[in-house]
Amino acid sequence: MYHIISIRDFERSDLDHLLDRAQEFDTGNYRPGLLDDKLLALLFFEPSTRTRMSFAAAMGRLGGKSISVDSVEASSIVKGETLADTIRVISSYVDAVVLRHPKEGAARLASEFTSVPVINAGDGAGQHPSQTLLDLYTIRQSMPIDGIDVGLLGDLRYGRTAHSLALALSLYDVTLHTVAPGGLEMPANITLELRERGMEVIEHPSVEEAIRELDVLYVTRIQRERFPDSASYYDVASSYRITTDLLDDVKERLMILHPLPRAGEIDPAVDCTPYARYFEQARNGVPVRMALLHEVMK
Amino acid sequence: MSRKDPSGGLIISPIKNGTVIDHITAGEALNVLRILGITGSTRECLSIATNVKSEWMGTKDIVKVENRELRAEEVDRIALLAPHAKINIIRDYKVVEKKGVEIPEVLRGVVRCPNPGCITNTNEPVASTFEVLDKGLHCLYCDWLIKDDIANHII
Ligand SMILES: Nc1ncnc2c1ncn2[C@@H]1O[C@H](COP(=O)(O)OP(=O)(O)O)[C@@H](O)[C@H]1O
Ligand SMILES: [Mg+2]
Ligand SMILES: [Zn+2]
Repeated sequence: MYHIISIRDFERSDLDHLLDRAQEFDTGNYRPGLLDDKLLALLFFEPSTRTRMSFAAAMGRLGGKSISVDSVEASSIVKGETLADTIRVISSYVDAVVLRHPKEGAARLASEFTSVPVINAGDGAGQHPSQTLLDLYTIRQSMPIDGIDVGLLGDLRYGRTAHSLALALSLYDVTLHTVAPGGLEMPANITLELRERGMEVIEHPSVEEAIRELDVLYVTRIQRERFPDSASYYDVASSYRITTDLLDDVKERLMILHPLPRAGEIDPAVDCTPYARYFEQARNGVPVRMALLHEVMK
Repeated sequence: MSRKDPSGGLIISPIKNGTVIDHITAGEALNVLRILGITGSTRECLSIATNVKSEWMGTKDIVKVENRELRAEEVDRIALLAPHAKINIIRDYKVVEKKGVEIPEVLRGVVRCPNPGCITNTNEPVASTFEVLDKGLHCLYCDWLIKDDIANHII
């Protein structure tokens, strides 16, 4: 059985294969009704709109059906029940389960108790592999991933999308540039792991210093909860904000990505520049999730 | 139970049946006892020597427990703290078996994950699971890495 749990489980050839499939789904190059006899459970123990809807949309486009419970129902249905028991039961109703859960490692646990494939749609501060795949897909639509310089900006300490993307990029020939506010730097063990995987990781004190070298700038949210008071938050947030002034002399093919929703990290004026690619990135969630759903249920 | 030998060293009296854990990393003897569940209120007849001179380790600790042979999980836990430990089984005053300890590739239910958000720290029916890497212990559920102070995380 094929589960999608963590980006660490993937080799480069697996990623490339899924990205190729996503491309075929994206361009309409597939037989309609591929999953028309299949049923998917969307089991979300935490609120989510985008991820849940894009999985439902992907399933619908493949001709399959999904059943879902929202986070409130999920938590009352399973009051006092372990996730292990819930998964045992729900997996007996459907052909695959998409799971979001507040605890890290929940999807791994689910995969041990299920009778059908499990796709991790975010486990606490842990992994969210379909997000990483759509990030890679968006980059690859514009340029080959090998040989590029990618900058990660924002909360690199707690930001799971940044960790997961960095790990995936380490399977390619990518130079990684990191820019993070003091205290929110990438954890040392992740930087070490990336370097052990042969990746060059360069830390920069400011976006200005790095941005002209970059082919991709991946911006993540800086959460207010991480700061003692709102003054220190606004201080940091404003010095990490992407504005149009920063975009003079950048590479022509620079793409700015963001997993969305954004708070104030990117000035809306940037949306009108050719560098802004985050809405396209969000749209890519559907073909990428079609590829994942098809892969686990075909 | 002990007497001074003429040179002034402390000699621990021999045990008839039990286990001698020798070549424990100096300073870890009390952690080894904790792993074995031996506390002030348990009844084992026990001797401990710490910071004993050792030819090949500099100094070492030794623990001797009477009437007790160790289970495999206990040996795995000891291996984490004292990778050079030698376990000697004593029967009728003689060493009848001597074995080294080995850290297994995967530790199940041995170490508690320090990440409060980890699914293994909930009421789910799973044991904590760590793979043993050169750089530390890696939680296979949440990816947490325990780099040092492993003794404090042993269950
Ligand atoms: N009957 C016994 N009671 C207590 N300790 C013992 C007994 N027999 C051996 N030992 C201890 O067990 C350890 C291993 O013993 P032995 O195999 O004779 O020595 P070594 O490993 O140093 O070659 C030593 O620390 C020794 O002092
Ligand atoms: Mg000796
Ligand atoms: Zn863990």
